[in-house]
Amino acid sequence: MSIENLIVLLYVLVLASYVGFELIAKVPPTLHTPLMSGSNAISGITIVGAIICAGPLPGEFPLSKILGMVALFFATLNVVGGYVVTDRMLQMFKKKK
Amino acid sequence: MNQNILTIIIQLAYLVASVLFIVGIKMLGKTHTAREGNIYSAVAMFIAIVATLLVQEVLSYTEIFVTILIGSAVGTYVAKKVEMTQMPEMVGLFNGFGGLASVLVATSEYWRMAHDANIAMPVITGVTVVLSVIIGAVTFTGSMVAYGKLAGKINGNAITFSGQHPLNAILFLIMLVASIFLVLDPNNDIYMIAVLAIGLLLGILTVIPIGGADMPVVISLLNSYSGVAACFTGFVLNNQVLIIAGALVGASGIILTQIMCKAMNRSLVSVLLGGFGQGGSSAAAAGGGSDMQVKEVGVEEAAMIFDSASSVIIVPGYGMAVAQAQHIVREMTELLEKKNISVKFAIHPVAGRMPGHMNVLLAEANVPYDKLIEMENINDEFANTDVCLIIGANDVVNPAARTNPASPIYGMPILNADKARTVIISKRSMASGYAGIENELFGFPNALMLFGDAKATITKMVGELKEM
Repeated sequence: MSIENLIVLLYVLVLASYVGFELIAKVPPTLHTPLMSGSNAISGITIVGAIICAGPLPGEFPLSKILGMVALFFATLNVVGGYVVTDRMLQMFKKKK
Repeated sequence: MNQNILTIIIQLAYLVASVLFIVGIKMLGKTHTAREGNIYSAVAMFIAIVATLLVQEVLSYTEIFVTILIGSAVGTYVAKKVEMTQMPEMVGLFNGFGGLASVLVATSEYWRMAHDANIAMPVITGVTVVLSVIIGAVTFTGSMVAYGKLAGKINGNAITFSGQHPLNAILFLIMLVASIFLVLDPNNDIYMIAVLAIGLLLGILTVIPIGGADMPVVISLLNSYSGVAACFTGFVLNNQVLIIAGALVGASGIILTQIMCKAMNRSLVSVLLGGFGQGGSSAAAAGGGSDMQVKEVGVEEAAMIFDSASSVIIVPGYGMAVAQAQHIVREMTELLEKKNISVKFAIHPVAGRMPGHMNVLLAEANVPYDKLIEMENINDEFANTDVCLIIGANDVVNPAARTNPASPIYGMPILNADKARTVIISKRSMASGYAGIENELFGFPNALMLFGDAKATITKMVGELKEM
């Protein structure tokens, strides 16, 4: 990775963090638990990294591939479990019947 | 040419996913759009995954699909089965898995680069790998310890030993040195193993000294770490969508951590240093004499007090959820409302065991969310309220937080339950709360103790109220 590339990524990081702070500071306490489990599911975005690492055929670097596959399993668990449980919680939030 | 188009499509798909993540989080902030927001975010994830599968280096589709299928099945099963009271430990567990995935991805990428004779690992990559491995490792083992504590699989109290902080400091220094060597000499696996091992160890050591009451802070902080870990993995792989999604989660975790710290009047540093809530006996002695005179009230008499009231505020605590009393409490609420008595719930920010936990527990029991009022908005109303019913809450209504500078919870914002005309406290015994201190409210002239299991007593009370 070149320095220019790193700088671009740092820009992305700083701006995304700023957006994150702005958005989340406004979330009411009622929704903090779903916010946490929902953002937990988002942190499973590592699944993208896992797919990249698990992608190649098991040739030259078998350990890399194995690590990638294990990562893929746990990231999927994190993503799917996180979204399903968040949805389960949010469907319970109702106003008066 | 073809290849270029594919790359552009993938990058654009990542851009769409990033926007959807942001929109999804924004919608998650309003009760009526929250569910939709979560779906937006899930769609974003799906787009990111499909786009990644299109990358030409991905060749072994079968294994990948099988793994995703198994992971999804296990994830769905756990998510459907978990009890709402167990949400904190489940979030802890999933956090840990996210951290683990980050470590594994960074290690995998390291291994490929370090062992490919054709690539010399640049310093920048070395640094990002190290950061990604450390944060991922701490998130993983730290979350596992938090999970163990919350699920009661290991001792939930603060575990401290002498020399704990110096040990952590020394380990941290060794890790730092190993990290520097790794960056300078990336092809030497021994440094990588050292960084990884110490990172895993530090995750355990930094969470074990943190006990009961502080767990909501830790869970929020680890949530933030899992985002930061994903973020650094993005730096390792040069992938923007990981950085954006990771940064959103990192920010969310930090904000929740701050809110939790403020609600307990604790600094993040003091939480992390640990040890709170274990000096129970000495704190109790400092908290005032134990010769407190309490007045008891029977179910029948309590029911009469409710019947003649015109406004009631209920203060629920985790004890209510432990007793599984939330459904019968909702029934009682409906009964009182039929008698034209106004009923509201006062929710302390740390009620339950993670941010917002009590709201979810009551929502599950079908209590409409507009009845759940935050502390700042309801605290002035207690003085004009006839009856305040406290169920399974303790430290969050302890007036010592306002009046007694010697109390360990002094300065913590509390619900002004003691200001209500009558305070009825449903409690199993006189045992103290998380902070391990006595609650002088129980001895107040307007306080009445309703001893017994919350579910059993409220059930009886509902019976009495129906006959009135």
